[in-house]
Amino acid sequence: MTELNLVQAVNLALERAMADDSTVIVLGEDVGIDGGVFRATEGLFQRYGEDRVLDTPLAEASIAGISIGLAAQGFRPVAEIQFTGFAYSCIDQLINHASRLRARTRGRLTCPMVLRAPAGGGIKAVEHHSESPEAMFAHIPGLKVVIPSSPARAYGLLLSAIRDPDPVVFLEPTRLYRAAREDVADDGAGLPLERCMVLRTGRDVTLVSWGAMLKETMQAAEQLAADGIEAEVIDVATLKPLDAATILDSVRRTGRLVVVHEAPLTCGYGAEIAARVAEHALTSLLAPVERVAGYDTMMPYPRTEHFYMPNVNRILAAARRAMAYT
Amino acid sequence: MPALRHQQRQQLYSSRPILLKWLAAAGRAECRQGVEIGQFANWLRQISDIVQRPIRETVGRANMTIVAEFTISSTQVLSPHGEAVGPLPEFARQADELVALYRAMVLTRTFDAKAIALQRTGRLGTYASSLGQEAVSVGVAAAMDASDVLLPSFREHGAQLWRGVTLKELFLYWGGDERGNDFAGPRHDFPTCVPVASHAPHAVGVALAFRLRGEKRAAVCVFGDGATSKGDVAEALNMAGVWKVPAVFIINNNGWAISVPRARQTAAETLAQKAIAAGIPNEQVDGNDVIAVRSVVERALVRAREGHGPSLIEAVSYRLSDHTTADDASRYRDDAEVSQHWSAEPITRLRSYLTRGKLWDKDKEESLLQDCSQTVDRAADEYLATAPLPPMAMFDRIYASLPVDLVEQSSAASALDLGAP
Repeated sequence: MTELNLVQAVNLALERAMADDSTVIVLGEDVGIDGGVFRATEGLFQRYGEDRVLDTPLAEASIAGISIGLAAQGFRPVAEIQFTGFAYSCIDQLINHASRLRARTRGRLTCPMVLRAPAGGGIKAVEHHSESPEAMFAHIPGLKVVIPSSPARAYGLLLSAIRDPDPVVFLEPTRLYRAAREDVADDGAGLPLERCMVLRTGRDVTLVSWGAMLKETMQAAEQLAADGIEAEVIDVATLKPLDAATILDSVRRTGRLVVVHEAPLTCGYGAEIAARVAEHALTSLLAPVERVAGYDTMMPYPRTEHFYMPNVNRILAAARRAMAYT
Repeated sequence: MPALRHQQRQQLYSSRPILLKWLAAAGRAECRQGVEIGQFANWLRQISDIVQRPIRETVGRANMTIVAEFTISSTQVLSPHGEAVGPLPEFARQADELVALYRAMVLTRTFDAKAIALQRTGRLGTYASSLGQEAVSVGVAAAMDASDVLLPSFREHGAQLWRGVTLKELFLYWGGDERGNDFAGPRHDFPTCVPVASHAPHAVGVALAFRLRGEKRAAVCVFGDGATSKGDVAEALNMAGVWKVPAVFIINNNGWAISVPRARQTAAETLAQKAIAAGIPNEQVDGNDVIAVRSVVERALVRAREGHGPSLIEAVSYRLSDHTTADDASRYRDDAEVSQHWSAEPITRLRSYLTRGKLWDKDKEESLLQDCSQTVDRAADEYLATAPLPPMAMFDRIYASLPVDLVEQSSAASALDLGAP
């Protein structure tokens, strides 16, 4: 066991995947000798050389496009996009090609690739560096969308993403890269995709979130506990395909749901979760579903981004509204 | 010859009097007035170093030196009338090779006519015709090895057929059935790419895979003139150049991107020169001359497989058809222009050559047409007799295994097959 932060855990998973499987290739801007702008690929170039750790020219759409060609030829490319604000130009490749190559060729060609990108705000970054576009990716059939919320989960989920036979968008919460450390066992064990993780059990209210917002969500749960309210906290982890059963099961027990995410409210992934609950657990609900989300605004510049980001107080207020509803 | 920059043109105009004087002194006929300035510059560059030096000195400013110069070549083997205009490549000296190319082009055109007829009668989806562009498609495929990978855009029926995709599979694809992409033939070839140019980076990835595994194979990516305006092509050419991967990019330039003519697609004099910025070899070829196309592509493929990197080939052809069956080109294109291009079309050209060389005659032609039309009709019948996929098929290949989250949706879709509302 080694204590690692999230970006070190990502690095360890990449190292492990490359050691285990010679078809795993890392590519992206500055991922080689520089080790990536966040150092997620540090040391890989030195260990595996320029044929397996490729510095690409500065062209994000083609980083995705090249990965598709490599994947169709039997490689397992792990592409890095430096920030999700620059990943939008990859969406054409993901929608029109990566996500449907298997379906449109009836399985003749497949696309086992991973597109990694740091996501989310709260690090006082320059504009376009704090995006939370997970719902856009989750709207693409054929794609998997995974967001880890801790170093150990990043390690296990990334290994599974790389081993998955289908394309995965892996969004790493930038805010957690160098936040808390935890013990990560380099045992090569992947965590299951398509499975929500219950981080805390509770009988009164279900708090659902993913990525960096789980930090505030867990803090809110602790404060609620101090008031005698037991919150169940669920880390969605894989947004697509969704493990709806875990969420529905929890809501059927608690009767109250608060979904927390950084992305803008409208058409955010919280809407999907709310709809699933409305479809399958409406009669269990004791209060309207609460969504604590970013606003339908541009992500503000760093001096005011804290006004935009959901915080513990907003989560607490939503949970208390749900508890007080009669 | 390289394109003259605007500034160079202006400088050349202003310095023409003195250049003319030098030419006259050298006894050169090119000194007459009224010659187009670009042509004039080309002549100047060709004639001698003595003349070139003053051009460089005049064209450049005093403190400027020329650091790079480029030329674009174009290859033609047969004239539009089917006469050899230069030495034939090795393969073209064998009658069976030429006849095979001819047959493939005729089969492609027969398929094309049938596809349009089926579409017009509601039995096929919107279809992109390759009428007039058969030489590009067939020539490219004929140059390839079976182990190479083709990444076609939507007008490369001839190439797909040559490589072993069946007529029935092509009909299935254009008839709206994914099984048309699950062809039994070249299993590693990519399916048709509909979004323009977006398959260009895939070719770099495929070629990179070959290079990394040390395989002597190449990726061949075909796209149209319109695609050269897109960033995907610029990015792919650039990356292919940086990594020196075994990829050959073919521009099937048919002169029209739906209603936008080549001249309004780019100010560049050729599309081949798009490769210059990427630092990769490039050339133009007469795209209605199947011998020239095959020969030029073969050369590029040998270079690629031997580790000498990618190339870009602009095959200049013409779209004799509408863009697709959903298009009406008479809205934007003169019939006169189309008629004029019929005189340069590829099938008549090769037939004239074959006939002149006694390799082809009327009987052979009639029997070929009959064969092609029977084969195509049979394939069309097989396609029409193929039942559509069941509703569950939407789900069974979207992921390697059906996610639990899709079970409910797929069950609902399955029930549709049983008559549920």
